Amino acid sequence: MRTFRRRLLALLARRPGLEAASLLAPGTLWLLAFFAVPMLLMLAASFMPRGMYGGVDPGFTLEHYRRFLDPLYLQVLGRTVVWAGAATVACLLLGYPVAWVISRSRHRGLLLFLIVLPFWTSFLVRTFAMIFLLRDTGLVNSLLLRVGLISQPMTLLYTPFAVLLGLVYGFLPFMVLPIYASLEKLDPSLLEAALVLGARPRARFFTVTLPLSLPGVIAGCLLVFVPALGSFITSDLLGGAKQVMIGNLVQNQFTSARNWPFGSAVSFALMALVLVTVMASLRLRDRPSGEVTR
Amino acid sequence: MTRRVSRGALLVTGAVYLFLHLPVLVLAIFSVNASRYSVAWTGFTLDWYRKLAGRADLLRGLRASLIVGSVSTAVATVFGTLLALALARNRFRTRRAIEGFLYLPIVTPEIVVGISLLVLFVLLRVPLGLATITIAHIAFNIAFVAVVVRARLDGLDRSLEEAALMLGADELTAFRTVTVPQLWPGIIAGALLAFTTSFDDYVITSLVAGTGSSTLPVVVYGMVRRNVEPTVNAISTLILLVTSLLIWLAFRLTRERPLAAARG
Repeated sequence: MRTFRRRLLALLARRPGLEAASLLAPGTLWLLAFFAVPMLLMLAASFMPRGMYGGVDPGFTLEHYRRFLDPLYLQVLGRTVVWAGAATVACLLLGYPVAWVISRSRHRGLLLFLIVLPFWTSFLVRTFAMIFLLRDTGLVNSLLLRVGLISQPMTLLYTPFAVLLGLVYGFLPFMVLPIYASLEKLDPSLLEAALVLGARPRARFFTVTLPLSLPGVIAGCLLVFVPALGSFITSDLLGGAKQVMIGNLVQNQFTSARNWPFGSAVSFALMALVLVTVMASLRLRDRPSGEVTR
Repeated sequence: MTRRVSRGALLVTGAVYLFLHLPVLVLAIFSVNASRYSVAWTGFTLDWYRKLAGRADLLRGLRASLIVGSVSTAVATVFGTLLALALARNRFRTRRAIEGFLYLPIVTPEIVVGISLLVLFVLLRVPLGLATITIAHIAFNIAFVAVVVRARLDGLDRSLEEAALMLGADELTAFRTVTVPQLWPGIIAGALLAFTTSFDDYVITSLVAGTGSSTLPVVVYGMVRRNVEPTVNAISTLILLVTSLLIWLAFRLTRERPLAAARG
């Protein structure tokens, strides 16, 4: 054992690259085999004719991408982008003040924990909590009926409103954390300088605070928009059959519709959308900071 | 620094905290309500919890979740930690590329990950079941663990390790006795987060689970869709309690903000 160990160390000392490679290998190989390869297979499948009972037949075709251009499917795509965008805006409007308050608070630890907690507790359970509140016999309707504000239960569940509420409920913490991180780093002397120079609160916010927290805002928008684009559970449980988002369309092609190649093509359209968003926001963030420190 | 915050911001903040936590609290409260159909409070009961114990599918699901969760967490924690070490300690040409590659599974929509794995397993004729679920969970957990441990590594003081080397420890000894003890909180936090993610996953699991084996979230999802027995409230409350406890532990162990980093 000892000699083995000495030999191993000698080998690693002679070939430093070997150490890095042996550390990298297990994780990287696993991700290659069970992430990269499946993605490539799916890409290939999106160009192949549909098999009889699910699966694919050999050959090459562009028909699935062409089919995606059908207004029916473009509508699903459009709805997905609009809802994800609306959820992002709502999260930003709600999340920014929260991040601001936390960054000024003496109880940051607790407040941050309360933001982080829901984002790691079961997404499914939290979505169910929304159903429990929103359904016809749910708490909201019962309370409103009891108070006499309405005489019949309102339809809240299975509406665009429910999906949007669910998205905001699910992804709001993703917005708060990065904005908080950049507000925390903000140098208070800059605000004092603005104050001394006579800037009113509104001007101080728009010329100092907001520009300096822009990296956090961009990161937060990315962290809400991207998972919202790919959301499945929220639209499935809160939106029902009418409020289909692109994730539900993909799933449907692999389960009931049994059209794998079309499902793969839609999957890649979604993936492309995600990657374009990520790239664009990274570029925005890494832009020379003339704009930010103006 | 103690500038006053505006009343509007405080109001929004209060509303947001209520919005984030009230629905789940309501759920938990009504898990001990005697009424079956209405949300009127008709008395305290633990019946719904008692009913859970009699549901074989839930117990099977729980068992599957625990197996998948622990195996995938163990493997992903080792692989992810090794990856983080390699990336933090070495400058090699492909480093940037590998780092970028590591973020891909995190940004890729779950539905896409699940579908692509399904395609792989079906093409290779791998029977779907606990094994395929575990393989999938390891894949998405590696990236989480690597990012959390990496954040911890970046904050570490390397001079301690260098001191150990100068005092005559060989590299493995220095690693084992100096680096690893400092790294433990990061590793444990990564593992807890991996376990919670695995324990909670529905989308990917449901796609690669096949017909025979369901994890707890897959069973619960079915219950939620069919609705509406208060037993769903009971099982939800239990899941919440367990995961909250794990998260609290992870939070205590790290103090920094690996949680934000993990999803970033």
